[in-house]
Amino acid sequence: MRLNFNVNSETKELELNSNETLLDVLRNNGYTEVKCGCNEGECGACLVLLDDKPVNSCQVLAMSIKNKKVKTVKGIGTLFIPHIIQKTFAKAGADQCGFCSPGMVIASYSLLKENPNPTYEEILEGLDGNLCRCTGYVKIIEAVEKSAELINEKN
Amino acid sequence: MFKYVNKPIEKIDGLALVTGNEQYTDDFNFENMLYVSIMHSGFAHAVIENLDDSAALKIPGVAEVLSYKNVKQILYTTAGQGFPEPSPYDTVLFGRTMRYVGDNVCAVAAESKEIADEALRKIKVKYKRLKPLLDFEKAEDSKIIIHKDDGAFPKIPVYYDASKNMPSKVEADIGNFDESYENSPEKIDLTFYTPYASHCALEPHASVSYIDNRGRLVIISSTQVPFHVRRIVSHLVEIPISQIRVIKPRIGGGFGGKQEVLLEPIVALITWRTKRPAKLVLNRKEVFKSTRTRHQFRTIFKVGYNQDGKINAFHLDALENSGGYGSHALTVLSNAGSKTLPLLNKIENVRFTGKSVYTNLPCGGAYRGYGATEAYFGYGQIIDIICEDTKQDILEYYKKWSIKSGETSPIFKALGEGKEGVAMTVTSTSLNQCIDTGAKESDWYAKKKLYGANSDLNKNNRYKRGIGMAALMQGSAIPEIDMASAYIKMNDDGSFNLHVGATDLGTGSDTILAQIASEVLDTPVEKFIVNSSDTDITPFDVGAYASSTTYLSGKAVQKCAEKIKEQILKVGAEIFGSKIEEVEVEDNKVKIKSPNDSNSLEKISFEDICRYAFYQNNQFQIQATASHVSPKSPPPFAAHFVEIEVDTLTGIIKVLNYVAAVDCGTPINTTLAEGQAEGAIVNGLAYALFEDYYFTPHGKMLNDTFGKYGMYTAYDIPPIKVKLIESYEESGPFGAKSISEININGALPAIANAFYNATGKRLFKVPFIPEYVLKILNY
Repeated sequence: MRLNFNVNSETKELELNSNETLLDVLRNNGYTEVKCGCNEGECGACLVLLDDKPVNSCQVLAMSIKNKKVKTVKGIGTLFIPHIIQKTFAKAGADQCGFCSPGMVIASYSLLKENPNPTYEEILEGLDGNLCRCTGYVKIIEAVEKSAELINEKN
Repeated sequence: MFKYVNKPIEKIDGLALVTGNEQYTDDFNFENMLYVSIMHSGFAHAVIENLDDSAALKIPGVAEVLSYKNVKQILYTTAGQGFPEPSPYDTVLFGRTMRYVGDNVCAVAAESKEIADEALRKIKVKYKRLKPLLDFEKAEDSKIIIHKDDGAFPKIPVYYDASKNMPSKVEADIGNFDESYENSPEKIDLTFYTPYASHCALEPHASVSYIDNRGRLVIISSTQVPFHVRRIVSHLVEIPISQIRVIKPRIGGGFGGKQEVLLEPIVALITWRTKRPAKLVLNRKEVFKSTRTRHQFRTIFKVGYNQDGKINAFHLDALENSGGYGSHALTVLSNAGSKTLPLLNKIENVRFTGKSVYTNLPCGGAYRGYGATEAYFGYGQIIDIICEDTKQDILEYYKKWSIKSGETSPIFKALGEGKEGVAMTVTSTSLNQCIDTGAKESDWYAKKKLYGANSDLNKNNRYKRGIGMAALMQGSAIPEIDMASAYIKMNDDGSFNLHVGATDLGTGSDTILAQIASEVLDTPVEKFIVNSSDTDITPFDVGAYASSTTYLSGKAVQKCAEKIKEQILKVGAEIFGSKIEEVEVEDNKVKIKSPNDSNSLEKISFEDICRYAFYQNNQFQIQATASHVSPKSPPPFAAHFVEIEVDTLTGIIKVLNYVAAVDCGTPINTTLAEGQAEGAIVNGLAYALFEDYYFTPHGKMLNDTFGKYGMYTAYDIPPIKVKLIESYEESGPFGAKSISEININGALPAIANAFYNATGKRLFKVPFIPEYVLKILNY
């Protein structure tokens, strides 16, 4: 079947089966920036914003999100108009293989939106749902700290 | 000193990665594509008596079923190594004998993943169950023979004895161990155990294949070894190499787990038979169970020494659990010796004995650290024990006895990778400075004074604090075996295409290699359009393993860029009407070295150089290729320091601080080098404190999800400080060695030594989970 979804501020008719998760529907319709690392809600690679709240899209039945707004990492910033968080991630070396990066960026964006001045502990909590095997998290944490600083400066 | 290397340059794919713009294997979709699902054995040891796929084939949308019935039983090794591989040919794609829970039974290709999964459920398999062999310490003398009469054989002339379940055996003997051990006044004889581990690359293994417009087979795959994939697929699918193209897109991490040719032959076979695209992406449980793991090890150290701390005799005996197949069995085993024993090179009598055994448990493979991690657990504690016993400062001990520049170790020659090793002299080390820096950063001496099992701080306190350290080495590439190559051509705006077979699996090697070319040509990194790992387009490279890319592929790029520079200078000299010796490159331009009145002060831009070469006179394409094989494998060194707090009531070890001082030669990209160290350290910490494979009594892995397996999150990490202490390795590009593997080796021995410092007790078994810690504390 086909249903209307609001993804990255655009209303789009997407193809889906009734038993599919939001992750399946997004990936099957070209939103491959949403990654699948475990399909069990444990790694955070498929994190998207659903009405501005971060959710593991592999744990959401697509049919259940009627009238809600979905935002993927490309809704936060693109290659040509990157968000401060994305620029800072790239600069800080918070990306190695990059597979966890879209989810990490979403988690960081969501954290900083809720709490523009997070403590170190609060950053760790904010990233607790996202796994990364490459970086050891050190540079990701640094990137979130730096992003907070830059966003606050800008505001 | 340098302009483009030794700098924290942003990854060239960085922004594309963090905006989700880059494509990984599963992001490629093709018209008319088939989806593949695999049935994995639920039994650890069984023979398929019959497989009935008739019901599955009747399901609309099922295109192909692969099983022993229609797949030729061609022996190979899944290990993506150089040819001929040092791993035994003991595997077939779909055989009748199941040798571990997770072994391939059959595969279905269908119009959708759902149909493929449904078809798998309709396939009836009748097994004859065999008694599984699950204890690797009993494998050698077991009546259960895992590779019985299956034709398995070693591809190179090395030990292989299926009747003893032994895919490999490695020995080296220097001096006279027995006599010197007997005559030593002090003796140690201790046994250590390290467990299975999963790489946990966030991207699961994935391959997709299709037929191109001219009928050739194209495979896009999450692989560390595209050229080995091409060769092995050709062997298994029985089509010429010329008909196969392997493309590595972005890879979501490897750590050795993708140095394994597992999925590519399956999609290749399906595509070749059906002439349709085929995609296979494993789920996380399949990655845990059916792909490859870190080998489980038992190491026994017998060491004889004097009261002054001098070691007379050192014997490392390693037993490696290879699981159902012998992938990397020989080489991981020999690296357990070759990457540890040369560290204290002044020991005169050294023996290494290693055996690898088959069991009906998951298969080992390549895993960051590659045997060294497993051996350093005991090695690092043995040195600590000797220092404690002889009342010596372990830092001074390492500084005195470790291998120095200009020195060698007979182990380098004695332990190779399936053949004799390569004798070499260490020409760069800053280990002593690493030790000093680590001591300072960790406040070693003050804390050593404060802590200790009987200190006022720790005695009678539930929470006991301790500090420990370990010195480490690894290698950089496999000497005289690994080959890398690069190709560069110049474009008419002064940019360059850099084509490398080297495989960037997230490490940032595309960026590092561009930096090296930049440094040679004195032109910015942005001028390089890097294309890596496409077997049709890029020259050969063994791939990303053995800590080789920066050192080996980097050198190939440096040599290639030097040739380009020669050509640019030649054109420049022609334009200037001067001699080639009189011109040099500077900032994208060619200029006269010492201008005078008779020659020009003008500089010629790279753009004009290329335009001249394209269109003006004596036209030619400025282009070059270069290959590199290293005559040595210069070790990187490191000193790791860790401070812990042991809760003696719960058995929980909390890491308070971690300091790693690392000598990787010249770090080509300082940010990326730090990142390599930090990632390895956290992986090592999780391995030390939590990660393990838990099995049912029948050999089935129980904790096959990220949550149950216990991979660390940001919330679990202690403060980590990495210090890069440079040395200059003459044989590497701009002095570089390697950094990717070494830093996973520190957590096990350093934490165990800190635990001793806190409690006075030794840890012999990884992981140090609370149950085990309490057992040790109450012993």
